[in-house]
Amino acid sequence: MSAPKKQIHLGAHFPGVNNTTVWSDPRAGSQTDFSSFVHFAQNAERGLMDFVFLAEGLRLREHRGRIHDLDVVGRPDSFTVLSALAAVTSRIGLAATINTTFNEPYELAVQFASLDHLSGGRAAWNMVTTSDAFTGENFRRGGFLPREQRYERAAEAAAVTRALWDSNGEEVEHHGRHFDVRGRFPLAPLPQGHPVLIQAGDSAEGRDFAAATADAIFTIHGTLEAGRAFYSDVKSRLPQHGRGDSDLKILPGVTFVLGDTDEEAREEAARIRRQQVSPQTAIAFLEQIWGRELSDYDPDGPLPDVEPDVDNVSITRGRVRHVRDPRAVAQEWRDYAEAHGGLSIREVVIDKTARQSFIGTPRTVAVQMDEYVQRDACDGFILVPHLTPGGLDRFVDEVVPELQDLGSYRTEYTGPTLRDHLGLRHPHAPLNRKESA
Amino acid sequence: MSPFTEARMHLAVELTVAGRHPAAARWAKLAPSAAFDPAHHAALARTAARRGLDMVLLPHTFHADGPLLDAVSLAARIAPVVPGIGLVPTATVTHTEPFHISKAIATLDIVSSGRAGWEPAVSRTQAEADLFGRKPAAPPDVLWREAADAVEVVVRLWDSWEDDAVIRDAATGRYIDRDKLHYIDFEGEFFSVKGPSITPRPPQGHPLVVLRADEDEALPVAARWADVVRISAPDLTAAADARQRIRQAVAAAGRDPDDVTVLLDVEVHLAADRDRARRDLAELDRLARTELPPSSVRVLGAPTDLADLIGAAVRTFAADGVTLIPLVLPADLGVVADQVVPLLAGRGLLRTGSAGGSLRARFGLPRPANHFAGATS
Repeated sequence: MSAPKKQIHLGAHFPGVNNTTVWSDPRAGSQTDFSSFVHFAQNAERGLMDFVFLAEGLRLREHRGRIHDLDVVGRPDSFTVLSALAAVTSRIGLAATINTTFNEPYELAVQFASLDHLSGGRAAWNMVTTSDAFTGENFRRGGFLPREQRYERAAEAAAVTRALWDSNGEEVEHHGRHFDVRGRFPLAPLPQGHPVLIQAGDSAEGRDFAAATADAIFTIHGTLEAGRAFYSDVKSRLPQHGRGDSDLKILPGVTFVLGDTDEEAREEAARIRRQQVSPQTAIAFLEQIWGRELSDYDPDGPLPDVEPDVDNVSITRGRVRHVRDPRAVAQEWRDYAEAHGGLSIREVVIDKTARQSFIGTPRTVAVQMDEYVQRDACDGFILVPHLTPGGLDRFVDEVVPELQDLGSYRTEYTGPTLRDHLGLRHPHAPLNRKESA
Repeated sequence: MSPFTEARMHLAVELTVAGRHPAAARWAKLAPSAAFDPAHHAALARTAARRGLDMVLLPHTFHADGPLLDAVSLAARIAPVVPGIGLVPTATVTHTEPFHISKAIATLDIVSSGRAGWEPAVSRTQAEADLFGRKPAAPPDVLWREAADAVEVVVRLWDSWEDDAVIRDAATGRYIDRDKLHYIDFEGEFFSVKGPSITPRPPQGHPLVVLRADEDEALPVAARWADVVRISAPDLTAAADARQRIRQAVAAAGRDPDDVTVLLDVEVHLAADRDRARRDLAELDRLARTELPPSSVRVLGAPTDLADLIGAAVRTFAADGVTLIPLVLPADLGVVADQVVPLLAGRGLLRTGSAGGSLRARFGLPRPANHFAGATS
């Protein structure tokens, strides 16, 4: 008898407030109506996925000093919408992105315990920590966190919330650099013990934090080789924290485009890219790199000759910035445009900011995804569809059966909790001997 | 002919796990797991909705002996499976960020299709302050000054998106009209908040704001912001005085007193007759090894006794309606729904049938104008 195949885990990322999400498509529905969340979550559950995932940003993005108006904007509160989804789903995990800079651990402990109880053990916390004074303007804490203290604060927040969840009604007293918490946590132990903890971030510090603390990493998707290197690096850090390979799942965020033939899928992918990068969005991306206003440039014309303004790094605020030398990027883009026969601004932006991961027939996509998992580049994926609310429908109808056909994907949920779906131990269960070997 | 009849009296019920009496769970042999079982809470709300009560109030505090589950999350868990009733969680403002409260209540309004309310409350104790470790406990005047700022921020953030901000204009590539999003630029004694919210304006515009005005320090906050004011009083005469004082304060704040509904707390335990109800309470007190003092008017008796009290409260202008606080759940709520509500309806005191629509509409309130509409950002 052959060994059972490694099983693929799938998260379903509700389409975000960025240009990956296409709002101009006739099929694009409301980004904030509850019916959109119900449609999305129930389809993910129909596809036997591990969890639905909500991102969060606590200040609207700005571009050139004004609210960015080209992308989808507006998100409901994660705890509230996930609690409501718990009523209309029965198995799928419910993951909230919650910031440790602008929330207090006691309150978060109550909120996640509530979500875990109200969902029968399906809560997950994607823990993020920002050092962002711009976002801090919305909060009484105000201010911001020195960058180097981000993981220290996250670790302390995780430790305090876990101490509260584990306290069995005994008084907890914590005094640390970031939090002082003293008191009794009166809620019953959580169905899952602790909610599943997800951490997003690829830095060395992030890897260490994840290896010590997290149940899953939401990481960047790249080549198979890059994935294998990341995977083996992170998993090799686990034993020093007394943890085994299966205690931490590595889940890159990926997009997908499906077609009846691979060629049709590629054409559809190109069409989606043009929707994602409107002429106005192309200029906005360019301004982000160049650090200056470029609204007079023709999106269908060549890249600007003018050099980037390297001092104006804050032209876009409220989104993750890639820390690279803008002049190097500009030169790279010019070289790329020239090498491809003189591409326009919009064409270059379409190509250089591309995020499409898997393109092809349902079978092609299933086989490629399976290869990443079987060859230890990851343990599964967080799917980021480009349409609200129906962006997952075809994947569920056509790719899931292919994954099942490959023997790499469940045909039913085997337990009630998200820890069950992800094959994670209860936090107080002993380490499996075989794993620790 | 629709069974719907208009009457001004309002009926709310406060839902906890087992009722107000500390021994209620043991007396009713309620399983300890009920506290964390969403089905238990949904069943209570469904009973209240069945006979057309206006709203359920879901209390919350950070006290270790208070209701345990986060009340906004609980209300959201109930919303999709219990239609036709307002859902009003307490969210305390002393230690919680107003930015978070604003989007949470707006989202409750989204998932309930316009049935959300919010009861802001303050955290008084050092024990609660110690859970957060950010500031010491404060006296009532400070707590309510801060609460006033928090409520203002929450409401302004609801208005920080105009209703038609999302335009999806393919010609210009714009998803939103950013002139219809507004910085609230709030700066107060305790904190500043920039805005706008990350959540669009909720379906009701402003979810119903419910505030207690039992202490003098809370009165100005209620007068300025409340749609519904909760009071407790030992008897109807005291309640009538309190209601009069609230209406004067509302008028002094430049609002129409008829836009504000005053609900009197009524603790209730119902049985076949008064003797039986009193014997039940004695038994409850014995189990709790303490006598539960009344927090407001208390009715121990038959369904007709409660209907008489409510009728008298409305007739004497002691209140515009009542918030029932059952001593024992689910028993007392069941009797209210099945016997008291039909009695009240039969006496023409309570509208019957479904009012439909939003929670604000149930209280005769229009969708409010947006504070920022017409201004440019």
